[in-house]
Amino acid sequence: MLSTNTLPAVSSGPTVRSVKPFAPIRYALVIAIVCLAVYFGRWDWIGDYWMRLANGIGVTLLLLVSSCVLGFALALPLGVVQATGPRLLAWPARAFCTVIRGTPLLLQLWMLYYGLGAVFAQFPEIRASIFWPVLRTAWPYGLVALVLSFAGYAGEIMRGAFAGVPKGELEAAYTFGMNRRTAFFRIWLPRAVQRALPTLTGETILQLKSTPLVATVTVIDVFAVISKVRQDTYLTYEPLILLASLYIILTITLTRLLRIFEARAIRR
Amino acid sequence: METNAIEISNLHKRFGPLDVLKGVSLTARQGDVVSIIGGSGSGKSTFLRCINFLETPSEGSITVHGEAIAVRRGKDGAMLPADRRQLQRIRARLGMVFQSFNLWQHMTVLENVIEAPTRVLGVRRDEAIHDAETLLRRVGLYEKRDVYPAFMSGGQQQRAAIARALAIKPLVMLFDEPTSALDPELVGEVLSVIRDLAQEKRTMILVTHEMKFAREVSSHVVFLHNGLIAEQGTPAEIFGSPQCEPLRKFISSIN
Repeated sequence: MLSTNTLPAVSSGPTVRSVKPFAPIRYALVIAIVCLAVYFGRWDWIGDYWMRLANGIGVTLLLLVSSCVLGFALALPLGVVQATGPRLLAWPARAFCTVIRGTPLLLQLWMLYYGLGAVFAQFPEIRASIFWPVLRTAWPYGLVALVLSFAGYAGEIMRGAFAGVPKGELEAAYTFGMNRRTAFFRIWLPRAVQRALPTLTGETILQLKSTPLVATVTVIDVFAVISKVRQDTYLTYEPLILLASLYIILTITLTRLLRIFEARAIRR
Repeated sequence: METNAIEISNLHKRFGPLDVLKGVSLTARQGDVVSIIGGSGSGKSTFLRCINFLETPSEGSITVHGEAIAVRRGKDGAMLPADRRQLQRIRARLGMVFQSFNLWQHMTVLENVIEAPTRVLGVRRDEAIHDAETLLRRVGLYEKRDVYPAFMSGGQQQRAAIARALAIKPLVMLFDEPTSALDPELVGEVLSVIRDLAQEKRTMILVTHEMKFAREVSSHVVFLHNGLIAEQGTPAEIFGSPQCEPLRKFISSIN
């Protein structure tokens, strides 16, 4: 699909590094570590916990996917109003992004769960409402905190991406009679997302490693399951090694999937 | 009498304290090829961009095929388009070609060409594709229809941009220095496409630095100087016997 005469230096696609020369060594190393861990460690507890572990991985992934999707949906308006105004909306959006990016996620989560959750509990109207069965559980607070966090970071990324779409391409859209809506959905938005995609996939990987914070407010993700294992068995290293391996496997899988997605979406 | 393709009268444009255009009037009948020449800063690009309100003029009126672009005054007295829909409709009849191509980079060449017909003019997709393929054949890019702009040379991108502008079946084509961003060896292929359009009597307004080309294809040449038309006439008059001093200087500086 490349033209023969010129190839401008804009091919921003994912670079696939050749890892072949090191592959045998790498695999040998991984196998050696696994053998050592199996030989020296105590792993009999896995039989009792694997169901809960699988469940925990499910919760982790569910939190990751839903918080990224919802957070991104929220990041779009946050980015747009910061890039173009109106100022009345740009200012709160900027304040939101600054607060979210400027405070620890753990703090935000606890503010929501222990702060807002406690406030909700004081109102009989809320306790009597149909939402209470949901509001008294922990996961909504965990999810909301993760969504807001992702929105804060992605909103900042989208601000830059919207502002960075070449003005000429938008002028071309208006020149051919497009109204603002069409120009936004056909040109501006897809171009901005395309530009931001590599950064956004990076954020998604980071988000995976933010999810275990919900374990601090009693949501049972994979991290919480491993904590339970440690309490029950008094083991230190084995559960943590397993947990690390699980996160690494999730990260590698996720990276691969996102890379395929990116390559499809960018295509140039 | 035939309706003029485009009538621009008494066009002013101020950027803050800077008077870029100080009352420019121009009429193009159907089939006219009007070239606008002038030094840098003479306001020629601004003039072209005012025609489709990419820049909103400060004063004056634009009439396309007998329909004037409706304007109103803002609170500060500045001119504003009064009717967005009307402006969009009129814009869709003016095919603009930019200096820096401005192709939509996330779309293939074909997608670029069918975008405005399908999304603005409501042409059916298969029809639009059919028309687009004809246009791409004309500009010699049929084989490149599924290629993304970033993978093409400047000359190819500009030819694609011309096809994109032709796809809306414009009443008037507007060219804003279409070859200025091109490497010298790529200028010819773009000019030859524009020459073909001139020969089939398409109404065009062309801002250009290519004097030889302007002389060859234009029916009318306008020399802008300091925001005013300093001289205008046939190519023979303008290039053969320039009257005013700035034009003489300009022509000798180019040769």
